[in-house]
Amino acid sequence: MSTAALSKKDFESDQDVRWCPGCGDYMVLAQLQQLLPTLGIARENFVFISGIGCSSRFPYYMNTYGMHGIHGRAPAIASGLKLARPELSVWVVTGDGDALAIGGNHFIHAMRRNVDVKIILLNNRIYGLTKGQYSPTSEQGKKTRSTPAGSIDRPFNPVALALGAGASFVARTVDNDLALMGQVLARAAAHRGTAFVEVLQNCMVFNDGAYRAITDKATRNDARLVLEQGQPLVFGKEKDRGIRLCGLEPQVVRLGEAGVTKADLLVHDERQAHAVLAGLLAQLPAPQFPVPLGVFRAVIEPAYDEMNSRLHEQACTSKGRGNLGRLLNGGDIWTIEQPALGAHHGFDD
Amino acid sequence: MSEMMRLLTEQAEGSACRLADPVCGREQNQKATGGRHVEELDNVVIRFAGDSGDGMQLAGTEFSKAVAVAGLDFATHPDYPSEIRAPAGTLFGVSGYQIQYSSGPVYTSGDEVDVLVAMNPAALKSNLPDVKHGAMIIADSGAFTAANLAKAGYRADPLADGELEDYRLVRIDISGLNERALRTTGLPKKDVQRCKNYFALGLMLSLYSRPLDREIADIRKRFAGRPELAEANALSLRAGFAYAESTELFDTGFRVRAANLKPGRYRSITGNAAIALGIVAASEISNMPVFLGSYPITPATDILHELARLKHFAVTTFQAEDEIAGICACIGAAYGGSLAVTSTSGPGMDLKTEALGLAVMLELPLVIVNVQRAGPSTGLPTKIEQSDLLQAVYGRHGECPLPVIAAASPADCFDCALEAFRIAVKYMTPVVLLSDGGIGNAAEPWLIPDADRLPKLEVRFRTKISGFQAYGRDEHLARPWVRPGTPGLEHRIGGLEKDFLSGALSHAPLNHQRMVEVRAAKVAGIAKDLPAPALEGPESGDLLIVAWGSTYGAVAQARAAAAAAGKLVAHLHLRHLNPMPNGLGEVLQRFKTVLVPELNMGQLAKLLRERYLRDVVQLNKVQGKPFKVSEIIDRVLELC
Repeated sequence: MSTAALSKKDFESDQDVRWCPGCGDYMVLAQLQQLLPTLGIARENFVFISGIGCSSRFPYYMNTYGMHGIHGRAPAIASGLKLARPELSVWVVTGDGDALAIGGNHFIHAMRRNVDVKIILLNNRIYGLTKGQYSPTSEQGKKTRSTPAGSIDRPFNPVALALGAGASFVARTVDNDLALMGQVLARAAAHRGTAFVEVLQNCMVFNDGAYRAITDKATRNDARLVLEQGQPLVFGKEKDRGIRLCGLEPQVVRLGEAGVTKADLLVHDERQAHAVLAGLLAQLPAPQFPVPLGVFRAVIEPAYDEMNSRLHEQACTSKGRGNLGRLLNGGDIWTIEQPALGAHHGFDD
Repeated sequence: MSEMMRLLTEQAEGSACRLADPVCGREQNQKATGGRHVEELDNVVIRFAGDSGDGMQLAGTEFSKAVAVAGLDFATHPDYPSEIRAPAGTLFGVSGYQIQYSSGPVYTSGDEVDVLVAMNPAALKSNLPDVKHGAMIIADSGAFTAANLAKAGYRADPLADGELEDYRLVRIDISGLNERALRTTGLPKKDVQRCKNYFALGLMLSLYSRPLDREIADIRKRFAGRPELAEANALSLRAGFAYAESTELFDTGFRVRAANLKPGRYRSITGNAAIALGIVAASEISNMPVFLGSYPITPATDILHELARLKHFAVTTFQAEDEIAGICACIGAAYGGSLAVTSTSGPGMDLKTEALGLAVMLELPLVIVNVQRAGPSTGLPTKIEQSDLLQAVYGRHGECPLPVIAAASPADCFDCALEAFRIAVKYMTPVVLLSDGGIGNAAEPWLIPDADRLPKLEVRFRTKISGFQAYGRDEHLARPWVRPGTPGLEHRIGGLEKDFLSGALSHAPLNHQRMVEVRAAKVAGIAKDLPAPALEGPESGDLLIVAWGSTYGAVAQARAAAAAAGKLVAHLHLRHLNPMPNGLGEVLQRFKTVLVPELNMGQLAKLLRERYLRDVVQLNKVQGKPFKVSEIIDRVLELC
């Protein structure tokens, strides 16, 4: 299929979308359907893999190849597919329960290996499909049907977890900022290696308003900070506040107050080899600090699938392409002659 | 070198006296006069036993190679503890390697041991119950120290107190002789002790007074990175050999004529290696890449090891983060158009179960190798059992049928791996291949097949757009295999129930019933490809033994013995456990009694009763050990 003629429409499947009206999932779907035609990749070379949960219905709505797998295992399925078929563009769409509870192991190992798979985590901080239990990202004290007295679990911070697991690309965006989501997804698509994007996403039914502070027009510019490579960390409606480091402690400061200038602020560097800054930003506590959005980390590390292909090339170069006959006849061989000749063997005294 | 020879001659002289010592259970030494008088026997069972760090597995494997080169048929049984290095000298740290070789066909590693090489008191104590009365026991007297005797729970030295008077006891100070042989090497004591197994091997190789060149070449290869160790081990080997030669250790018995094996080229192979080769062969004869997604687990890990070093074939190995990821990566690879296989054992099989259900639902080809071990839970991880049959056939939620086959011997593992892929691809289904810890690590001679004559495995991917239905079916009820990347066939599959033709989501009640029925019919339909049940022995009669998997050897030998005694006994060995071959029910009716020996509590027996409404007699053993031939013969003789 030619890639030039592709449009958003080409990526819409014939299935009726069955998410609740107003669900943040719709925004992600629309953004991806908009992005994919621009990537110069033939439609048949996209594959979407998912696990279980609301977000995992995603592949059914994309007119690409796709697989709706089992709970939490999408990164493993996607890794196998990408290793078998490195030329495909493989995407995983997952949720906070799917990726971080039942699938936590696969999630961290995907980050560690750096297989060239894009992993989009739709984080609504609640279990939707099973009708409203707390998730591994729900805040402590969350009252749900399974935690009537409030949850005593401490939540995961998905960005910090991905960084800790060694991810080479980590970003965060929010469902109602289409422009930012488009940019972040485009960056993820262009990254070679595992690209992890957390989408802060509203669940109208079971967790409405979970991100109100950063989505409401009135408050959002004060409650969030959009990361830009090489730029000082400035935020606020009036762009008058910033973050600086005092020893190892981050501080919110007001520009112009007490002689603070932009030059005093932390400057974002997504390419830091050690990811210390990314880790610090990932763990800024809200609401004392704004919620950082954008690309936390983007470093070039060899992708697992490329290294794997190289192993094959190297083996073929050093040993020559394998020959089945020779392989079967390897090891210690002996020959039994025709009995008429006396049962002699190949290795005689 | 000359020092060594002098030393050995000296030792040999000394030992001649010792062999004549009344402590030796029997007057076995005819003294070193005249030529060697060698009696030819039909078969011999030898067991090497020592600490798990003593290198007994290596000694046993190498001995079996020498036996093979002598043109004999053989079968082996490695028996090792689950601890890597259990405390030295303890009973639970004993590692053994048994080999039976024969001029006739060899079916098992043997019931009783003719020659036991015991490297310490614990090895003697834990292996003695399996040693034939009157058999030869070669004991490393140097290791029978007070401390070692205490660790093994001996109050007195069994080599001296007459406990072994029913045996032909040969006390050889293997530890001391080996140490003296290596005195000039300047190696640290620890390294010297590690060469003991080659001394023991050298002793035993003298059974076949052949040049040691082949073994020494192997040592040089094995220790290529440590030439000083290579030389030391070679020295130990020569020393052991020379010792046995000069003391005429095996002056009677134990020489076996060459076997009447089918002419051809042979190699020694374990079940795990044969499965790995079968997997590569499946890839080569189909011109398809193969993908192994796996997590290390005893006793299946060697399949991963073998394939990992074959990257110059179209082989990808992926050591996943867990068992679930192993099979899920396979599902991804199969979806991408690879031959996919995951290898595991019982506990891993449990973990893979949900993904197996997904593979059944997706109708993708996939092979799951379960090298069974004794369960439940961690059970006896290094010991043999056949207790995962019902799990393979039934162990999933929902109506979730899939084909199950089982390998009967190490060499049969190669054919079974190919067979599993043929079924998987033709029927677009996951296939469970059952092996077990017995045949997985045991070796036997394998008549190497001609690679060019293996029938091709044809794989067809769907590319035609017109008329495409993701769950449209061919005459075998298999759906099309479509590789992502095929233009115009973009579609979605998943674990939710799907429409009978398009594969789109469907919760329609009648559609679900239809899909459940068609998935079952597809698997049941495989029976039409299976050969009719082939019996060893009469087509009807008093007793039919129905067995499966690694019990083949013991059952075949027991049947042959019963037949020789004039009994009307037949043996049917099932490779296909689901579906079973057509005509099996009728075969079961032709015999007065049906006996089903299994290393479980009666799993095949259950299946036969349920499928054919034919009662059967069970013979069950769950001791982490294979059947002895005698155990089956005894039951057969009770029944007819």
